[in-house]
Amino acid sequence: MASTAADAAPHPAGDDPSRRDFIHIAAITAAAGGGIAAVWPFVAQMNPSADTLALASVEYDLTKVEAGQQVTINWRGKPLFIRNRTAGQIAAAVKDDSASMKDPQTDEARHKPGKAEWLVLIGSCTHLGCVPTVGGGEYGGWFCPCHGSVYDTSGRIRKGPAPLNLAVPDYAFLSDTKVKIG
Amino acid sequence: MSGHSTYEPKTGFERWLDVRLPIVRLGYDSFVDYPTPRNLNYWWTFGGILSLCLGVQIISGIVLAMHYTPSAGAAFASVEHIMRDVNYGWLLRYMHANGASMFFIAVYIHMLRGVYYGSYKAPREVLWILGCVIYLLMMATAFMGYVLPWGQMSFWGATVITNLFSALPVVGQAITTWLWGGFAVDSATLNRFFSLHYLLPFMIAGVVVLHVWALHVVGQNNPTGIDPKSKADTLPFTPYATVKDGFAMSLFLILFAVFIFFMPNAMGHPDNYIPANPMVTPPHIVPEWYFLPFYAILRAIPDKLMGVLAMFGAIACIFALPWLDTSKVKSMRYRPQAKLYFFIFLVACVVLGFCGARLPDDQVIPGLKTLSVMDSDLNSFVWLSRISTAYYFGYFLLVMPLLGLFEKPLPTPETISSPVLGGDKKD
Repeated sequence: MASTAADAAPHPAGDDPSRRDFIHIAAITAAAGGGIAAVWPFVAQMNPSADTLALASVEYDLTKVEAGQQVTINWRGKPLFIRNRTAGQIAAAVKDDSASMKDPQTDEARHKPGKAEWLVLIGSCTHLGCVPTVGGGEYGGWFCPCHGSVYDTSGRIRKGPAPLNLAVPDYAFLSDTKVKIG
Repeated sequence: MSGHSTYEPKTGFERWLDVRLPIVRLGYDSFVDYPTPRNLNYWWTFGGILSLCLGVQIISGIVLAMHYTPSAGAAFASVEHIMRDVNYGWLLRYMHANGASMFFIAVYIHMLRGVYYGSYKAPREVLWILGCVIYLLMMATAFMGYVLPWGQMSFWGATVITNLFSALPVVGQAITTWLWGGFAVDSATLNRFFSLHYLLPFMIAGVVVLHVWALHVVGQNNPTGIDPKSKADTLPFTPYATVKDGFAMSLFLILFAVFIFFMPNAMGHPDNYIPANPMVTPPHIVPEWYFLPFYAILRAIPDKLMGVLAMFGAIACIFALPWLDTSKVKSMRYRPQAKLYFFIFLVACVVLGFCGARLPDDQVIPGLKTLSVMDSDLNSFVWLSRISTAYYFGYFLLVMPLLGLFEKPLPTPETISSPVLGGDKKD
């Protein structure tokens, strides 16, 4: 095929260095792109599936929780704490607002306005995900049995290896006695 | 393989096969005529014992998979079905569960033998690294296998270990969700762990082939750490090593049988006979015994990310060992000071394992209250693990590099055979 083109070109067509480079780069790019495109589904299948993502939000009737009591419900496969705090527990949490903490937050910022008695928290220790025991530890909040993290009555980390306060999920009061989480 | 092959095909079929696929020649050169140092002691039998362990785990595991159901709703019940209904199911499961512990007993002895006799030093660095890769794969396999019965320890062990990745900045949470396939450890997690638990042993087998290949290129180390220099220093693999390995395997199998038949749950945890409950963490969760030292290192550090890094760093130190040790003398037989630090290291590892099984704030000496430093009493397991962790890293990062420069080793013999056959100038 080079016999006619060879007169015009300085090199035979097949030896043109820039043409060779172009073919190499194009082939490698196509192979790499194709490789990544083929690997992508295999990586992505590990992420939560549609039905897992579609897990509905939960509603909860607060009249079932007595003062000083905590209930644990299942939300997205994780425990969710709904705690009805006593006046003493709230006062203890507010008193420590200015104490030195790893993840400083006021008690005010951890509950809905005017609903200081209701604390809604994701019940997974922010260290390695164990469920802290209610009422444990020297602050009367929670104590994680796995690695000894201590939370106060506002769910703030006070001692131990956990880096963050117990997480507050997105939730809203539908009425005075009903919350919707998620 | 070292040297030329002495294999001579004896039958017509062997001659025919030898020019097409010299597999009999490979086997003969590797396991019959292969020269082994004549002074190998019983610590050198654990390589063979480990291949036996891998074989037992693969065979018993494949059979168990025929009766097991990998789903959060059915896994626990299917394990009970294996225990109660499947013919000899109890035996197969106890073999597999205790087999994992036996595998780790053997691998720890094998690794410590390598450290003591300097088997990681040039030219055996790649051999050592391949061994470390096998160890890493073993840990991943054992961890995922322990999740499969879907008891309380399975579930919470999986939760704690996968949450280690959430310590990574920025990408941590996304990686954890990706590993779980959900927002918590659940059926999706169990299914993928089952799939990988089935895959990894075959990857181990593949790396074992590379490990043995690398071993046969450089040859075995031996208790003196001196390379064989003549034929007088070696003996053929068969019958010498095969018989010695076979005898050691028999003793090892007796110990294995004692566990299977007389104390099958001694190395397990009773909480794992309670079905997994994502709402309640058992009051005291512990990993399997072979992970306890690393678990103690994790808990010794009061910061989440640093704790996780220290735990992985502890394993990284083992990988880096060939370049951390500066001593030219391989065997600690001729390094009295190294021997002392090695035995302290051994004690530190055992102490770490002991600490990993206890609650961090428990008192080491009951009833004694001392100074509280960094939020914990000095008389607590968390402080004991901190001291042992410091020694663990100190051994790899300070003792290993410095001792080789400052110690005065004892004289080493000229050859392996000279102390035995006489003619050693040193004596």
